[in-house]
Amino acid sequence: MKIFFRHVFESGLTLLVLFLFTTIILLVSGAPPFAVYFYIFKGSLGSWIKLSQVIQVWIPLTLCGCGLLYTFRIGLWNIGVEGQIMMGAVFTTAVLRMDAAKGMPMLFMGLSCLAGIVGGAIWAIIAGVLKTKGGVNEIFAGLGLNFVGQGIILWLIFGPWRRPGIASMSGTELFPQKLWLPFFPVLRLSPVGLALALTALILTMLLLRYAHMGLNLRAIGNNRDAAYLFGLKPDRYMIIAMMFAGGFAGLAGGIQVAGVYHRLLPSISSNYGYLALLVVMLANYNVWITPLVAFFFACLNVGSIQLPMMLELDSSLSGVIQGSMVLATLAVYSWRIRGKTSGGTAAT
Amino acid sequence: MMELNLSILFAGVVAGATPIVLATLGETITEKAGIINLSLDGTILLSAMTAFVVAFETHNILLGFVLAAVVGGIVAATVAFFSIYLHQSQVAVGFVLTLMTRDLAYFLGNSYSRLQGPQIVPLPVPFLKDIPFLGQIFFNQNLLVYFSLAMIAGCWWYMYKTPLGLQLRSVGENPRASYARGINPKTRQMMYSICGGLLVGIAGATYSLSVKPGWGRPQGAEGAGWIALVLVIFGGWNPIKAAMGAYLFSFLQVFGIYCQGWLPTVPAQVFQVAPFPLMIFTLLVMSFAQKESVLNWAEGHGRLKSILAFLSGSVPSALGKPFSRD
Repeated sequence: MKIFFRHVFESGLTLLVLFLFTTIILLVSGAPPFAVYFYIFKGSLGSWIKLSQVIQVWIPLTLCGCGLLYTFRIGLWNIGVEGQIMMGAVFTTAVLRMDAAKGMPMLFMGLSCLAGIVGGAIWAIIAGVLKTKGGVNEIFAGLGLNFVGQGIILWLIFGPWRRPGIASMSGTELFPQKLWLPFFPVLRLSPVGLALALTALILTMLLLRYAHMGLNLRAIGNNRDAAYLFGLKPDRYMIIAMMFAGGFAGLAGGIQVAGVYHRLLPSISSNYGYLALLVVMLANYNVWITPLVAFFFACLNVGSIQLPMMLELDSSLSGVIQGSMVLATLAVYSWRIRGKTSGGTAAT
Repeated sequence: MMELNLSILFAGVVAGATPIVLATLGETITEKAGIINLSLDGTILLSAMTAFVVAFETHNILLGFVLAAVVGGIVAATVAFFSIYLHQSQVAVGFVLTLMTRDLAYFLGNSYSRLQGPQIVPLPVPFLKDIPFLGQIFFNQNLLVYFSLAMIAGCWWYMYKTPLGLQLRSVGENPRASYARGINPKTRQMMYSICGGLLVGIAGATYSLSVKPGWGRPQGAEGAGWIALVLVIFGGWNPIKAAMGAYLFSFLQVFGIYCQGWLPTVPAQVFQVAPFPLMIFTLLVMSFAQKESVLNWAEGHGRLKSILAFLSGSVPSALGKPFSRD
């Protein structure tokens, strides 16, 4: 009971810090804080249509978050999720653009999702091999690959896959409607994407909680040398963890293409890869909390979309709130455990 | 005629490299003391925004630079505080701050987008600018370029030639030993993080007031922070080598613009991302240059060996590991 109240107290304190900080920022920028909060709330949970948009953002965030749980367990900073989403999107688009796809839409949509997984996994494995074989820090490898992925997408949109007539930032040509993932008519939400995200979540819970894999990843993450002496192969597990992370991220990219935008866009990853890192950190690397945080972040993202129109503010406010929330949580958390730990705390 | 063209080309390289040099030096100082400030990319944007807005509102460029430096210092202090006093992962905090400061810059600077603002003016050095060739490159520039050149020499001198610099390095190499010698590693790390942050802030201001004048989304400085972080590794945590890396990078950038002219079919976006595969490749080469088998193999090849020796640099032993007394 005491622990419960302490948690409530800490969460309250975090929210208070967050609230004060955000309000100050808003006052500095000359915006009315309460109007902003109201619009964010109304713009995310105000109607069923808004809620379905939130879920549309929740799907890629949760998928990427699930993937990151594997890499964080083993102590890798997989910062390349963004690029992995992009490559998933590229591979999915490639399959859906085939001429044969129009003949057998169902088969090819399934194939395209698989291709997305493969694309994301390839991009992640490159970063993993650079780390294990090449000695390149995974942060820089992943980050560099993000930019490369962005370059590939731009090249495709302005080069080989450009729309007949004009190539523009609005992306490739729209797929024919029979190649869209099925969706609920009014809400425009694809149940397939939702089902895939939930499957990924359950799979991750099972693998990390009840399979040897979760334990092994954690063992290597906590003490690589001891795990090696125990007979685990750290390098192999790192590649496997990256493969899972990239696969899930690639699937998220595939869903964005096949189920949301129905074409390849320059901004297909919408920053969800970076955001997912914050989600998992705020969830304290916990499988159960990750989807909840992802939902909250999705609300902030969707809610701030209309800020430019209503109040002439930039929608990046959501990013400010999300970032300060992680920092506030870290600060309050470390205040509690002050003096109880020695040395640095690695990501576990 | 050819000489004139070359000197203009290299003058452009030096001017364009200035913010990267400053950011790289700042991060080298920070990392030398054992703290990784991963937030560079966002910090540069936030300080660029600050500098532009302040200079625009007050018509005072100097004030813009000062406040931009302060912003850089505050962000760096946040990373250092979370690491030193709260024992949180520097990488985690730095990464969160990268994203947060970037979004903060876009959010607060929104209403100042695409405005014509003040810019720093060129200030040729009398006499020195008349040195053939070199004068045009180094002394027909603005004050910031001179400042960055002075900082390269100053940083090196401070780190390797002064007692305080020795203490700075010792804190990054072995904080326990420094503690035993009566130096408080925590305050030193905090101090040098802030110093590094100030330089990063000035780097940001250099973008919005000189190299890529103005503010917008995107500003044009995106990605520069990551390049600076890699250049610190490339420079082997040595300020002079790191600065040389920054000039090399700037040269390649200018070279890329020329390539664009020769290869008009390749879209411009491809050239914009070209530095990043290069960055990975550099790190790969750096990492191989440290390997024992490669070093043994290079033993017989004189020139190769000296190249490898140049590439190698030792990472501060306590980098990223916060100090605690027990």
